[in-house]
Amino acid sequence: MAQTFSFDRREFLKNTAASGVGLLIGFRLDARSADDPAQAQEKPIVNPLNAWVRITPDNGITLILAKSEMGQGVNTSLPMILAEELCVDWKQVEIEQAPTNPKIYQLGTGGSGSVASSWLPLRRAGAAAREMLLTAAAEHWNVNRDTCVAQDGGVLHGARKNFLTYGELVEQARKLPVPDLNTVPLKNSREFTIVGQELPRTDAKTKSNGTAKFGIDSRVPGMRYAVIARCPVFGGKVKSFDARKAKNIPGVQEVLAIEPVAKGAFSAGGVVVLADNSWAAMQGRKALDIVWDQGPNAGESSETLRRQFLENAAKPAKALRDEGDAETMLSKSAKKIEASYEFPFAAHASMEPMNCTVYIRPDGAEAWVPTQAPQWAQDVIAEVSGLPHESIIVHTTLMGGGFGRRYQADFVMEAAQIAKATGKPVMVLWTREDDMQHDFYRPASYHKFSGAVDSDGKIVAWKHFQTSTSIAAMWGEKGEQDSGGGEFGTAAFIPYQVENFRVAYALAKSGVPRAWWRSVEHSTSGFVVESFVDELAALAGTDPLEYRLRRIGDDRDIPDFTDPKEGKALNTARLKGVLKFAAEKGGWGTALPKGIGRGIAGYYSFETYTACVAEASVVDKAVKVHRLVYAVDCGRVVNPDGVRAQVESAAIYGLSAALYDSITIQGGRVEQSNFNDYEMPRIADTPKIEVHLVASTEEPTGIGEPGLPVVAPAVCNALFTLTGKRIRRLPIRSEDLA
Amino acid sequence: MAVTFTLNGKSTTVEVDPQMPLLWVLRDTLNMTGTKFGCGMALCGACTVHINGEASRSCITPISSVAGKKITTIEGLSTDASHPVQKAWIEEDVPQCGYCQSGQIMSAVALLAKKPDPSDADIDDAMSGNICRCGTYQRIRKAIHRAATLQASK
Repeated sequence: MAQTFSFDRREFLKNTAASGVGLLIGFRLDARSADDPAQAQEKPIVNPLNAWVRITPDNGITLILAKSEMGQGVNTSLPMILAEELCVDWKQVEIEQAPTNPKIYQLGTGGSGSVASSWLPLRRAGAAAREMLLTAAAEHWNVNRDTCVAQDGGVLHGARKNFLTYGELVEQARKLPVPDLNTVPLKNSREFTIVGQELPRTDAKTKSNGTAKFGIDSRVPGMRYAVIARCPVFGGKVKSFDARKAKNIPGVQEVLAIEPVAKGAFSAGGVVVLADNSWAAMQGRKALDIVWDQGPNAGESSETLRRQFLENAAKPAKALRDEGDAETMLSKSAKKIEASYEFPFAAHASMEPMNCTVYIRPDGAEAWVPTQAPQWAQDVIAEVSGLPHESIIVHTTLMGGGFGRRYQADFVMEAAQIAKATGKPVMVLWTREDDMQHDFYRPASYHKFSGAVDSDGKIVAWKHFQTSTSIAAMWGEKGEQDSGGGEFGTAAFIPYQVENFRVAYALAKSGVPRAWWRSVEHSTSGFVVESFVDELAALAGTDPLEYRLRRIGDDRDIPDFTDPKEGKALNTARLKGVLKFAAEKGGWGTALPKGIGRGIAGYYSFETYTACVAEASVVDKAVKVHRLVYAVDCGRVVNPDGVRAQVESAAIYGLSAALYDSITIQGGRVEQSNFNDYEMPRIADTPKIEVHLVASTEEPTGIGEPGLPVVAPAVCNALFTLTGKRIRRLPIRSEDLA
Repeated sequence: MAVTFTLNGKSTTVEVDPQMPLLWVLRDTLNMTGTKFGCGMALCGACTVHINGEASRSCITPISSVAGKKITTIEGLSTDASHPVQKAWIEEDVPQCGYCQSGQIMSAVALLAKKPDPSDADIDDAMSGNICRCGTYQRIRKAIHRAATLQASK
């Protein structure tokens, strides 16, 4: 029985937006309709020559970027889509960040959705602008519009060999009626000259000469630097504090307390030290004497959480999916296995620590925010200042990494509170320790599997129990009563044919903040599903690639279990396609040097099909990954080099989860504090990464995250071929290697 | 306390707490924000600058210790991103978020000054102090080899 979920990630987005939290997060399906002016009927008609394309009389062409740039390259890929339909010379265009105006732009950047959700709206906007310019030219020459052609930033009238630049036409064009975006003619993809090209990033130069401005580089006249002492125990708050010593530090201007915010932005509150430079503010914080009220979570630890997981596993669980009778089949099967998998919390650890600069004046506010959610930032500042949204300018700056962490508004809330209290421009600056210890972590989770195969290797029973410190339980209206299936349901949406299938879950309680970490639940679902199917392949005595292909079976569409109505079905032919492609490029079945093992994993996430062949070995009781060969089918590719870069990046992030990422809790607080005790891959850990793209004319799908979930299972499956031992907890520990 | 040093070829004097790290003098006192704050403990390399030609972590370098020394920051490599290492970085399309890249480039420039044609092992050694959370390491490696070629042909 498939249940109807009371809550999932998309529901959360809709509910919170509707309930006035104003959290308009741009995950793919929401974004697809909200981004599209044609579908958002309550919205006024948007003139593309104001909103998306700005042309000056000297034919300067500026394209508006309405997503946040955090390294994923949207400031190249999205303008490419606009430029394509607009018919301009790519070298001619400038790119400008969109203002925070929710009436026009859906700015939220996440869920690997930027290109997927913007593809059609940007094509339509570019095409509408082009059509308006064409009409203006035809009217100018008083000729049949069909005799005019848009090219290289101008309009050519073939018969007369006349050419007018867009700059010469724009004044007239802007006054014309905006074409119906649902019917505006789009270019035939065979005529594409920009989309599909290997174009270099538009920001490679400024990011190589130090001039790129990140949030932390914001400088406002009269600005003060603020560092906050937050209660190290989650949920704790300030009981009392003595600021006398702090105020004696040269450069320290002011010390004040801010309240925690327990819903929405979830900021910790604390004692704020304001100074005329960052260093003085940090020194001031060290000199504070604070008595904390540790709150209700001081008894939590990774050990208590693990006990809770095991207790949950022993109790009846809530079934997400229960087809056939897995229990009975397991009891009467001879070929069966059990496996339990575990994951700790993981931190995002973007290189630029959290920061936010806000100036609240009586008549308006201005903010410089490295954020994936500029509208939420604006909402928070409006809430704190009492100012109307229209008077609050939010500048979306470059981000030194996001990975989901910068979808939060906690750092904006703090800055707004301090700006409001002081009336001065304020930058809230987090240190690395703040960032590591006050993140919103990837949930910790525990999974228990049982499976059985028949004599042909068919999966006759698949039973999966999962328990986690759910994200949904933290953010959903229903809190810890129920998190629903969006998050847990991912592991119930598998491509393998199973006769008796049961997936169940139980929530675990925790005071540790959780949220979206690159690839979200796919990072763990991908590991457990692709590890367990590998275990079943070994049980059946079949080659792991062959086993996957057989168990996936016929070409067909499998409806998205987590969202059957709106989610895109999994096409098994495309999944088998990337598995075979990666296997071919990775030399599957060929001999390897002694001591090196090879493993495979394939996975569907963010509507993209990804497979990875890993080569790994064990050197001095540690894992060495030599090579990762990817095949990726993300539909039409806008910028192949940008796509490869994202997969290379997700590979390293996934390797980080496999080898290092572990946040542990003691006394209700995080035990790690900096890169010495929260390590991550460095250059010497980097394998050779090859990314092979499937040529496709399907709609573009996600790419920022889908490269991640396959890394750890492919590596661990490779290690199994060497050690004969399954790795069932991440990060990989040396004692699990022999 | 007044401290005088040479910054990107110019004599510079600042009046700050002698314990204040060079990183914050650059960023907050001199408004040169190309050098980045990542960890404050010399663990990530985002703050890398050259002090008398040596790649150094400015986040743990008290300003008093650089008196009379020559400091080069990312802004001092070139005004137009024409330094061979910067050119190689652009040609290999290395940056993603870009936050760590000033430090990566400064480490790479120091490496190439010592070893004009570094091996992969040399690169691993010299660059191991620089973290890139976007995982651009493969392209960094390629860019360093390319920069070596560019420098050799100059």
